[in-house]
Order: sequence, then structure tokens, then C-alpha cells
Amino acid sequence: MRNIASLLFTAGLAFLLLVIAAQLGFGEPPMRIGGDILSQAPAEVGATNIVTAVLLGYRGIDTLGELSILFAAATATGLVLVRGRKDCEHHAEEPPGGFILRTGADLLFPLLLVVGFYIIVHGHLTPGGGFQGGVILAAAFFVLVLARPGKDGSGGMSHTAIAVVEGLAGAGFIALGLWSLWDNGDFLKPMLGHGVMGELLSAGTLPLLSLAVGLKVGAELAGLMTQLAEQPATAQHPHQHPHPHSEDGGS
Amino acid sequence: MDLQTLFALLAVLLVLVSALLMLVLDNMIGAVAASGVVSLGVAVLFVLLHAPDVAMTEAVVGAGLSGVVLALGLRRLGLWRLDAGATRQSAAGDEPDA
Amino acid sequence: MSALNLDTLSFAAILYAGAIGLLVIGAVGMVMANHLFRMVLALAIAEAGANLLMVLTGWRGEAVAPILGVHEAGVPMVDPIPQVLVLTAIVIGVGVQALAVSVLLKIHRIYGTLDVRELRRHLELDICRDAGIVPDGSREAPAGERPLPPPIPPSIPARAAAAASDRPLSDPTGASQ
Repeated sequence: MRNIASLLFTAGLAFLLLVIAAQLGFGEPPMRIGGDILSQAPAEVGATNIVTAVLLGYRGIDTLGELSILFAAATATGLVLVRGRKDCEHHAEEPPGGFILRTGADLLFPLLLVVGFYIIVHGHLTPGGGFQGGVILAAAFFVLVLARPGKDGSGGMSHTAIAVVEGLAGAGFIALGLWSLWDNGDFLKPMLGHGVMGELLSAGTLPLLSLAVGLKVGAELAGLMTQLAEQPATAQHPHQHPHPHSEDGGS
Repeated sequence: MDLQTLFALLAVLLVLVSALLMLVLDNMIGAVAASGVVSLGVAVLFVLLHAPDVAMTEAVVGAGLSGVVLALGLRRLGLWRLDAGATRQSAAGDEPDA
Repeated sequence: MSALNLDTLSFAAILYAGAIGLLVIGAVGMVMANHLFRMVLALAIAEAGANLLMVLTGWRGEAVAPILGVHEAGVPMVDPIPQVLVLTAIVIGVGVQALAVSVLLKIHRIYGTLDVRELRRHLELDICRDAGIVPDGSREAPAGERPLPPPIPPSIPARAAAAASDRPLSDPTGASQ
């Protein structure tokens, strides 16, 4: 009964989506705002990568809201997991990584760090930016955690340091916005001139905003993964019975 | 049919097949891997759609980070095992069975 | 020109089919999966489909990526706005996924299972215990074959009110079908 209702629901959803897709022009978007931005962004922002120009220049407040959503998600994850950690007394010892894993992690860590920072600071020139580079930075630190999990699986990553980096980066983003508000009355408006388009130090404050976004995203995601990696799976429930998987993915 | 359309067709087929696999696989590790393959195929489609930034994000986040988060969740849930219906009481993350 | 148009049409049609297929597969997985972890995976799949559909709306036939300096000036570019929205949506998606996984860990710690049907039974028992009432029969059986609920004691007005408000709603639909 429930399955039939679900199938009807999804069939209706597919029909609606198909109707919408049939009414869209194939490959001919209306793009009124997009066309304007494409024609004005080179002169107004001075960034080669127009996606970054929109992300940090035209829609900077949107990015700030997105960062706060990510912050809320990371905080809620920490809240849920830390409250559970108290009632779980016995920690199973995490097995140490092997020699190859440790050496590989040591070799990979500086490489990932360089790639992450390269992508962050070149965000206004080439594809990439704060989000992608930040995720790579988080991955670089998490590789170390995986190679040397340590006693509680956290690999010696200090949550305080992560929180400090994250707070400083977020405060830096907002401070750049407030500076712009103080200077010319618009929040988060790109400043400091445009420079020569295509050079590393161009597009005004966009590289600084990109750095702030990258550090914040990297610190948040590294903290999130460390929290998930801590306290390996123990038998939480005394009478936990592994039930047979009985999903009926079909009909 | 030119090369671009051929690539798009291949990537869409890969994505849809692995999405269906995600639904029917009994093994949760396999399901997580299938969702990673979906993200990778979608990243290829983003490249074909001239969206390099989005493709980079999807490849880094969807195929990398999201897989790590889900795998860590599996390990802590005790579902990190290759045989689906096995009755194992102890923590499954301690053994290198992957 | 007509051959080119045909090619772009089939390219877009393939991509629309892929995006809508991903959305529908994700929706099917979310409503039909019996395991909560598979629901999270299906949510990720549906998210990828929605992102693909959104980027697809900004795509143009003979356009290039919105990066200056690679091609000569004057070449049309794809719409950057959907790309920016999708960029943020992907990063938010992984945050939501991590939050969902941590909530799953909490549920697993409390109830010891992630099966939806068992969880529903546990939740009903918990709710009934908190409200101080006797749980009635199985919800899985169809309405006609369900054993009649025990008679409502008149001392609990909330339960009687709930039953009274439930009856007129459920009866006409059962009669009309």
C-alpha cells in the first residue's frame, strides 16, 4: 500500500519535472541578469573568473549566509556527537596505520597543502576558489588524522586551534565587509582597485575574501571529519541485534 | 552524434546505473561507493556543461569529502562490513576488511 | 546548421534525462528505502540531480565557460548565476549530510536499529508510554483487517478527542475508495 503510494508520488514528480523541462528552451536560457553580469563584471570587479566575481562580489552576502549555514551544521554535528560521547565510557583502541600509509600521508600532506592554497589564491583567475581549496585543505589535515589516529582517533587535532582558525576567518570575512561599508557605504563591495586583469594581485579584495572563505571552510570541515572519526564504533547497545537487511529497493 | 554527445551519453548512463545500484545493493559500503561514482559522473557532466568551478566542487566534495563522511558514519554505526547480513556483535571498524 | 541544432538538441535531451532520472531515483529511494542510511544516500543522489538540472538551465548551445582570457572576446558565455548557486548548494549539501549522519548515530545509539519499521514501532511505543495509553494494533495491516482498538476509557479526554477528530477524516476516504 505504502509502496504503491510512493510509486504514484514519484511518477507524479517525474511527470511534473518532464513538463517543466519540455517548456524550457533547450540551450536557450533567458539569462537577463546573467547577460548583464557577463557584460559588466570585467569592468566592475576585474576578476578573470566571473563565477568567483559573482560569488564574492555580487552575491557576497549570499556567501556569508552559506558560511553561516555550514557553521550551524558543523556546530550541530558537534553538539549531537559530543553529548553522546559522555555516555560511552569504553574506548576501543584505534589500530595504527601501517608504514606505507604513514609515509604516504607525510609525502601527501605538503602537496595537498600547496594545491589547496594554490586553488584558494588563484580563485579569481582560474576555476576554483575558497570552497574547493578549503575542502582540499581539510582533506590534507584529515589524511594525517587517518594515518596516525592516536588514542582517541582524533590524531592530535586540537579542536581549539580549529575553532580559532575558523573564528578568525569568519571574522575576517565580516571585517572586510564592514570595512567596505565604512568606506563607501556598501557591504562587501570589492575594493582596493582592480589592478591588471589576469595578475595574481588583482580584483581588489576578492583574493582576501577567497582566503577567508577557504580557511573557514577548511577548518569547519576538518573539525567535522575529526569529530566523526573520534571514538570508533563500540557496542553501544547491550542487546544490539544485527537485523537482516531487508530493503526492497524495487517494487 | 559528435564526441561531446557521446561522452554525455556515457556519463549519464554511468550515473543512472550507479544510482540504481545504490538503491539495490545490500552492502552499505558498496552503496556509498556507488553514490561516489554518481558524484564523479555528475562532475564529468558539469565539465561538459562548461561549468569548471562546479565540476571541481562536485569532484572534491561529492566524490571525496562526502564519501569520507559517509564512510566514517558507517564505521561508527558498525555497518562497515562487506557481508551484508552477517551477525557480528563487535565493532566492525577495527578490522581491515576493506 | 540543422545538423548542429539536432546535435545540441540531443545533447540537452540526454542531460535533462539524466538530471530528471537522478531526481526521480533519489525520490524513490527516499520514500521506499527501509534503512535510514540509504535514505541519506538517496538524498545525496537527488541533490546531485537537482544541481545538474539547475546548471543545465544556464547552458547555451555554442557558449564557453565564463572565464575571461581563454577565448577571444565576444564569444558568448554560459550563464554564471546558476553555477554560483549550485556551487554553494554543493557545499551546504555535504554539511547537511554530515548532520544527518550524526543524527543517525544518535538514533542508533538510542534505539539500536536503523530500520524504519522497527523505529516506527519503537516510537509509537514511546509515545504511548509517555502519554500513558495502551498502544493499539499494528499499523502495518490495512484498515479493514486491523484489529479494533481497545475501547477508550472516558477518563482520558485527549485520547477521546483525538479519536473523535480522527474518525470523520478516515471514514469518508475509506468509503469513497
